[in-house]
Amino acid sequence: MSLSKDQLRTVAHLARLELDEADVELYSGNLNDILSMVDQLNQADTTDVAPMAHPLDMVQRLRRDFVTETDQRELFQANAPATERGLYRVPRVIE
Amino acid sequence: MSFHTLTVAGLADGLASGQFTSRELTQYFLDRIAQHDPALNSYITVTAEQALDAADAADQRRAAGEAGALTGVPMAHKDIFCTQGVRTTCGSKMLGNFVAPYSATVVRQLAEAGVVMLGKTNMDEFAMGSSNETSYFGPVKNPWGVDAGLVPGGSSGGSVAAVAGGLAPFATGTDTGGSIRQPAALTNLTGLKPTYGRCSRYGMIAFASSLDQAGPITRTAEDAAIVLQAMAGFDPADSTSVNVSVPDYRAGLDAPLAGRKLGLPKEFLAEGLDDGARAALESALDVYRQQGAEIVEVSLPNMHLSVPTYYVVAPAEASSNLARYDGVRYGHRAEGVESLESLYKRSRGEGFGREVQRRIMVGTYVLSAGYYDAYYLKAQQVRQLIADDFARAFEEVDAIIGPTTQGPAFALGEKTDDPVAMYLNDIYTIAANLAGLPALSMPAGLVDGKPVGVQLIGKAFDETGILSLAHQFQSLTDHHVARPEGF
Repeated sequence: MSLSKDQLRTVAHLARLELDEADVELYSGNLNDILSMVDQLNQADTTDVAPMAHPLDMVQRLRRDFVTETDQRELFQANAPATERGLYRVPRVIE
Repeated sequence: MSFHTLTVAGLADGLASGQFTSRELTQYFLDRIAQHDPALNSYITVTAEQALDAADAADQRRAAGEAGALTGVPMAHKDIFCTQGVRTTCGSKMLGNFVAPYSATVVRQLAEAGVVMLGKTNMDEFAMGSSNETSYFGPVKNPWGVDAGLVPGGSSGGSVAAVAGGLAPFATGTDTGGSIRQPAALTNLTGLKPTYGRCSRYGMIAFASSLDQAGPITRTAEDAAIVLQAMAGFDPADSTSVNVSVPDYRAGLDAPLAGRKLGLPKEFLAEGLDDGARAALESALDVYRQQGAEIVEVSLPNMHLSVPTYYVVAPAEASSNLARYDGVRYGHRAEGVESLESLYKRSRGEGFGREVQRRIMVGTYVLSAGYYDAYYLKAQQVRQLIADDFARAFEEVDAIIGPTTQGPAFALGEKTDDPVAMYLNDIYTIAANLAGLPALSMPAGLVDGKPVGVQLIGKAFDETGILSLAHQFQSLTDHHVARPEGF
């Protein structure tokens, strides 16, 4: 399968990545190389093979619904690029 | 005294018997960092003041009779582990100013065992790379070839360069597809990737969650056993942590070699393996045979599909994990944007380097509608075939032995233009991650003055088995004692 530059732009949009136009060329070449390496997977007969999502055969652990986390808003927001009155500031979303 | 030539075991003994203090050791390693790190670039952040305070506290605890196994031993953390109050960058511009609000469980456990953190080591950005060249903080030089510009391997490139260069007695690393073992092999160190679920992933910045595992980077297998003892254990804060009791790793190091069966996968000896690396492996096999171990040929027929499987599964998980970097709550934020969507796109476009963007896009593509079955589902099925290959092999043998890499370290810039060539660096290491098995690399000799490693892969939770194989190899050989010139 090969990926066109337009498809690459769509993938970059889905991944929310702004690319320079010059990088579109580079990345579509790279991704085509990677995907053609990945195409080797078609050599394997996987009829009736259950997909393996995880190395451990385990179920999700349950725990009692106790409060274990305390309010650390100020500490966490110390890393935020922009806050106001305890909220995260972003560009206007609703006109 | 040349503290940097001592092992962790030797430093712990010297501290216990009062030959030196943690303050002396810590100052010594800080001085070595100041002297040698400008050439190596192995640290992103050096926490000198905190280290000296921690050393004093360790000396006081020892004086009060409260010392643990590693009290006062200096070390370094890969900059992927969150360290409370200390900048944690993951090698990325995205987290260039991120100060972790809490510590990873592994960091906390090692602190409880008494270690003194010297700083945070350089790494490939978000652990994506095999040469440490994708770091936003610049490449790391391999102490075995500073002038020749050799890479240290990756992604734990700073950790191995620091330990090999004598700028830390040991370091932590993480291994998603070989990121502990490959760099350990290229710098003449012992690097252990434990069984998936053995060490907590809480506070370890996620790359590919079904593959990532933390482990020790040390000079010897005995040191790896000592450090793993402090790192391993069940953690309720990690939903994939496994509640299996932690054995006494050091106590198991001398289990007899006679009668043990080591499987040599014929696929590991196929074309691509460098003659020097092959000779080093052969000579390791001879050592085991002489001690009464049996070398048996085994087959991992789907081995050749491990790299393609990994480059679907790992990018898919990475594209999901890295979706959290949106420029809103923490991390890099683009200036002067008008809309929320452009805030996301520009922050991520500016904050991530090329390799990270490549893998996010591969992951996004293989998970997108219409391609999911052909790529992601198929890769998960092949992953099962690879795990089944190991299960069959382990019906016959106690451990698997093979090369860690195809050859010794390559030069900076040699593979940066060809992602697929770079990915093939991990051809022997990836399968253990896909199957979740413990694996280590140990020094196996020099090829034209450059180190190569031998890899041992064990059954799930049998870290003791592979550590004992490596420990006894090291008690019979002196490859692990060799040090790079000038360090």
